[in-house]
Amino acid sequence: MNRLLLNKIILILSTLSAFVGIGFLFWILVTLTYKGVASLQLTTFTHDLVEGGIRNLLVGQFTMAGIATLVTVPLGVMAGIYLREYGNATRVTSIIRNLSDIMTSAPSIVIGVFVFAFLVEPFGTFNGWAGAASLGIMMLPIIISTTDNMLALVPKELREAGIALGGSKHKIILQIVLQAAKVGVTTGILLSFARIIGETAPLLFTSSNNQFFTMDMNSQFPSLTVSIYNLATYPDEASRNLAWAASFVLTAIVLFINLVGRFVTRSKHL
Amino acid sequence: MNTTQKPIMEIKDLRFIYPGAAQPTLKGNNLTIYENQITAMIGPSGCGKSTLLRALNRIHDLYPGCKYDGEILLRSNTTGEMNDILKLRKENEFIKLRQQVGMIFQKPTPFPMSIYDNVAYGLRLSGIKNKGELDGRIEKALKEAAIWDEVKNRLNDSAMGMSGGQQQRLCIARSVALKPKVLLFDEPTSALDPISTAAIEELISELKKDVTVVIVTHNMQQASRLSDYTTFMYLGDIIEFGPTEEVFLNPREKLTEDYITGRFG
Repeated sequence: MNRLLLNKIILILSTLSAFVGIGFLFWILVTLTYKGVASLQLTTFTHDLVEGGIRNLLVGQFTMAGIATLVTVPLGVMAGIYLREYGNATRVTSIIRNLSDIMTSAPSIVIGVFVFAFLVEPFGTFNGWAGAASLGIMMLPIIISTTDNMLALVPKELREAGIALGGSKHKIILQIVLQAAKVGVTTGILLSFARIIGETAPLLFTSSNNQFFTMDMNSQFPSLTVSIYNLATYPDEASRNLAWAASFVLTAIVLFINLVGRFVTRSKHL
Repeated sequence: MNTTQKPIMEIKDLRFIYPGAAQPTLKGNNLTIYENQITAMIGPSGCGKSTLLRALNRIHDLYPGCKYDGEILLRSNTTGEMNDILKLRKENEFIKLRQQVGMIFQKPTPFPMSIYDNVAYGLRLSGIKNKGELDGRIEKALKEAAIWDEVKNRLNDSAMGMSGGQQQRLCIARSVALKPKVLLFDEPTSALDPISTAAIEELISELKKDVTVVIVTHNMQQASRLSDYTTFMYLGDIIEFGPTEEVFLNPREKLTEDYITGRFG
């Protein structure tokens, strides 16, 4: 009897907790959608910030995140391959692996400060490269550890089978092991991209922001997230509405990338 | 007993130590593998039979720090001389060795690619690029592995969608395609159902026309059904080696008899 009662209590408590968690999430999503969609106009996408749109911000954010991804993906995947396939579980490997894990949870504002000291202060101006570098530093450890973990899931027999057919180690890694881990590695890249596309802190004092459309990475660079931060603090209604619209668009983008990530994970034979 | 059988591999006083291990896993083994015969290795878990098998194509060398001592001789195709494979150092020498001494694992190991590409993989590695030649070799290998009829209409499908037994036969086809001299089987049926097991056993019996087979198995019936020679190992030593009939019906050693009759193991 006591056992059954306890079971019921725990069931009720955990169900309640689940609903509280989901409840807040829905509250956020509903408010965001309601206010966001209401403030959304066609001109939001065709005008730059200076004219009350977010076109230059989207382009800027994606440019910085895109450059970060282009540089970080090959670096991170190769580092993951080194850790799992060549590191042979030595001390150095475990130190690098631990450092990389710690980096995953490094406060993003700290990364921003670090990049500020190296890429902003010496040049005397906020710039797009510094923004991209910050995002890249955030992304790198995530890609390293997902690649590392996904390669670890590939059974060692698969490597041995490749070697037993007369393959050399690097060919087996590139043609078989990486193929077998492709879905996991791709998902890791997508999710880390989703993570950085919504980051504000690393951009605040690296790229800062720009009201105008620009592709000049040497100057202040437009950023969607930094703009949301700024707009939300302005006193006028129009700015705050634009912040809602931008937040809604950003959330939709992140949600979309996450869904794609999940879809990719589920499809077995990519 | 047929006295014309020629040794294809000879293991002489082989000692093997895994990295970091205090004790050698193989403590001075001597064994002869005869050409076009099936040699079974039996013994309780941890006796070293898989370690010995995996030394025969030096797959151990994939991991650093393994130490060999002694000789493993393999007869050369061209000169007929017995060459010590423990003397190999360069990567291309290893690649050549493994093309001659193939390996099939406990769990099927299809590569995440099409059925065709699975078989083509080793062939391409060995330098065959010509589409016509590839097609011919692949069809022949799949026929030899008794799986051609099941896959001929879906060669471009992913190999991951096949059943376990089919995957294992595909892996055998993949190895056979390279025309190896010796094929090593490491408990090839222990992950398969009885019907797939019977198919693999039949296939192995067929294969011995062209290749020499060494098979590690936990299944004593399988060893007695399938093999021409049996070697019984215990704690890193080869206790007994001889024609399968003799080992099973009239073992010389008490330990062998105890193991075969199921008194321990």
